[in-house]
Amino acid sequence: MTSTGARDSACVAIVGSGGAGALTAGSILLEAAGKAGWYGLMTRSVGPQIRGGEAAAFVRLSTHPVECIADRCDAVIAIDWRKADRFADEFALDSGSLLVGDPRGGDVPEALLRSGAATAEVPMKELAKGIEGGRPNMIALGVAAGLVGLSTELVMAVLEKRIGSKGAGAVAASRAAVEIGLDHAQRIGRPIALAAAEGAGHGRWQITGNEAAGLGAVRGGVRFAAAYPITPATELLEWLTPALAKVGGVLVQAEDELASVNMIIGSSFGGTPSLTATSGPGLALMIEALGLATASEIPIVVVDVMRAGPSTGIPTKSEQSDLNIAVHGCHGDAPHIVVAPLSVSDCVFTTQWAVHLAEAMQAPAIVLSDQFLGQTLAVIDPPAPVAFLAQRRVPDAAALAGYQRYKLAADGVSPMALPGMAAGQYTADGLTHNEKGTPSSRTSDHRDQLDKRRDKLTGFAYGDHWAQIEGDGDLVLLTWGSLTGAAREAAQRLSEAGVATRLVAPRLIAPLQVDRLQEAIAGRRVLVIEQNHSGQLYRYLRSMCDLPGEVRTLYRPGPQPIRPGEICAAAQAWRSQ
Amino acid sequence: MSVIEAIKLKPRDFASDVKPVWCPGCGDYHVLMSVTRALAALGTPPERVAVVSGIGCSSRIPAYTNCYGFHGVHGRSLALGTGLKVARPDLTVLVMSGDGDGFSIGGNHFLHACRRNVDLTYVVMDNRVYGMTKGQPSPTTEPDWDSALAPGGTGLRPFHPLVIALASGANFVARAFSGHPDETARIIVEAVRHPGFSFVEVLSPCVTFRPDQSEWKDLVHAAPVEATDDPARAARRIMTDDGFNIGVLYRGNRPPGTPQAGAAEVDVAELDREFAI
Repeated sequence: MTSTGARDSACVAIVGSGGAGALTAGSILLEAAGKAGWYGLMTRSVGPQIRGGEAAAFVRLSTHPVECIADRCDAVIAIDWRKADRFADEFALDSGSLLVGDPRGGDVPEALLRSGAATAEVPMKELAKGIEGGRPNMIALGVAAGLVGLSTELVMAVLEKRIGSKGAGAVAASRAAVEIGLDHAQRIGRPIALAAAEGAGHGRWQITGNEAAGLGAVRGGVRFAAAYPITPATELLEWLTPALAKVGGVLVQAEDELASVNMIIGSSFGGTPSLTATSGPGLALMIEALGLATASEIPIVVVDVMRAGPSTGIPTKSEQSDLNIAVHGCHGDAPHIVVAPLSVSDCVFTTQWAVHLAEAMQAPAIVLSDQFLGQTLAVIDPPAPVAFLAQRRVPDAAALAGYQRYKLAADGVSPMALPGMAAGQYTADGLTHNEKGTPSSRTSDHRDQLDKRRDKLTGFAYGDHWAQIEGDGDLVLLTWGSLTGAAREAAQRLSEAGVATRLVAPRLIAPLQVDRLQEAIAGRRVLVIEQNHSGQLYRYLRSMCDLPGEVRTLYRPGPQPIRPGEICAAAQAWRSQ
Repeated sequence: MSVIEAIKLKPRDFASDVKPVWCPGCGDYHVLMSVTRALAALGTPPERVAVVSGIGCSSRIPAYTNCYGFHGVHGRSLALGTGLKVARPDLTVLVMSGDGDGFSIGGNHFLHACRRNVDLTYVVMDNRVYGMTKGQPSPTTEPDWDSALAPGGTGLRPFHPLVIALASGANFVARAFSGHPDETARIIVEAVRHPGFSFVEVLSPCVTFRPDQSEWKDLVHAAPVEATDDPARAARRIMTDDGFNIGVLYRGNRPPGTPQAGAAEVDVAELDREFAI
């Protein structure tokens, strides 16, 4: 694709070394485009330094909602080129791309020039010096805005909101810088032909998946959270701190993940819907307590914002490699709920649903988000409020007469007394127990309680939320989590190319809805798509159900996300054989 | 006063009918007795009390009470009790542990519970041995105590829980002896009433694996001086005493650290606003 004819999507990267403000410029560009009526998202890529490392903001704009990064970059604007070659793979440049750099910011890296991309120079530092209080990143912002056709006024509307408190001088300096950048974009003469936005952006949201998961949790009724910081989940917890305080809840910082998960078991035992968020290493530490919550039937929600593993892995990069531990990590037979949001926006729904499921079934629920969903800033349509709330079954007066906490029930869910309820006293226990809760090693008690915990999950009416299914083609793109957006985009392109597809993305990973999944894929070819090194979803599906017909896989690890073009290529290659 | 309020609660109102797994003569029987006596004296009805524990002989205690109980995983009782107390400040929360559960696997939580100073009471039954796994050295075991796992002794300096509690910010520190159940009950009552994090170490002999501890009844004695509110002075006393001073040793005046759930100021829908473009 070259820049002839208006396209419905474009991607601009702004890059710079420490403190250059590339990420700030990117987020302003996204918000201004959002105001103009485009949808979009911004992913960020940073070096390993805590502060002052090189950073790149990837801003993808589109006339319709987008949920994945683009196959290629239309333009890279470099405040300076120092260490920009580290992002060479991520830029995904080609001969239609444009590299705009400051001649004082070093030479354009060879790795980037090899793509055949055109180059242009804008002396951002020099130009910024000519403005009192001027900053090169605001000139880069102006260049980016100019290339995609955003007006000064739209950019300034965002800037005034962000820096208005710094005074008229700061606003004026930014305006001057943005205008110079816009002017230079004109002079380059290679505009990105992004189709005009349809409708105004008013009413849309700008949100990250971590914030969205926090919002879903609070909407679902979570009022207690325990927190131990870990990349890339920390922002979720930081968002919850003031949000919970506003709605009458509280967040406690724990000394480690062992403490945070046990704290939420304690608060939930007290009757408060509770959540913590972590990433793979933290989930590993929480696994023992997840078994406790399963055995003692305490509802809790743990959000795992997955990153590349094992061990410390690549903390700032996405991967879907915690499926195995989330589904199979617990010792003993410990059925629990695992759900995965399908987009940044869906983080609201799925987390809220997880709270509802955990509370309704008195079981732990793991939400498998990932770094891509968690840290991507997206312009979305506001997620519709849904009715899922924390509704825990508590004993009535009749149930409190001769109360048995773990009484066997047809649906496996026994009323849970809360401290303060007279005659409801019981001891929650990780030891195998009888219906009353008294420790027991009897064969029948062990089997009955294992059955109870299994049956309440398998018999639950999950409705149509178990998966997203779109299209009726012969080729199934079966994927999950953050890859759903890329698969959806690939499905559309394949359909346009004459390959009829069906997208199947399970939101409910465990318990797997085997019959419904088999029905969704019956009689079709299936391509299982996931981002990890061993095909964890594929192997899980194989272990649970007979995958009928021809099944192929597309899986590889991070840190580079699987893009729509890669999925299309795999599907086309299969077709041409 | 209503009829309900006039009913005086008795220790047996706080005891369950579950038979303990403890060995005959175990000190923990007396600790259980002290807890039920203390709770009766406090007068809080059993449904408003939660007894939280980890794993080990002493941690079996919740099921032997008629309160709400939680017998969790090894070493994490303080975290679980903290979550419960913060979410439900109306409850009386007793966290019960042993020297292995509380000072070894749960050591980190001990430090941070002291720091956090949430208003709960932590009672550790210290018998200087892992009893449930049949006799291994714990952090408080003497360095020359012989065992299969550490023949000839560990050679390690014993952990000093009371001093560590002081250094970490506990607001009330006491040592009790299981063989003196009335005095232990009185100390627990005071610990519960004292604001913030209260720590009571109860010397509770293991008759099976530490028969030598039968001499403790002859070694214990009342602390010779009144409790202080100066943590440095309390620490110096405890570092230099014979390890058998019984009584309240420190009463601090730090305000409790219980984070309060705020009043619900806004409707949840208000949270949407920050995301609007």
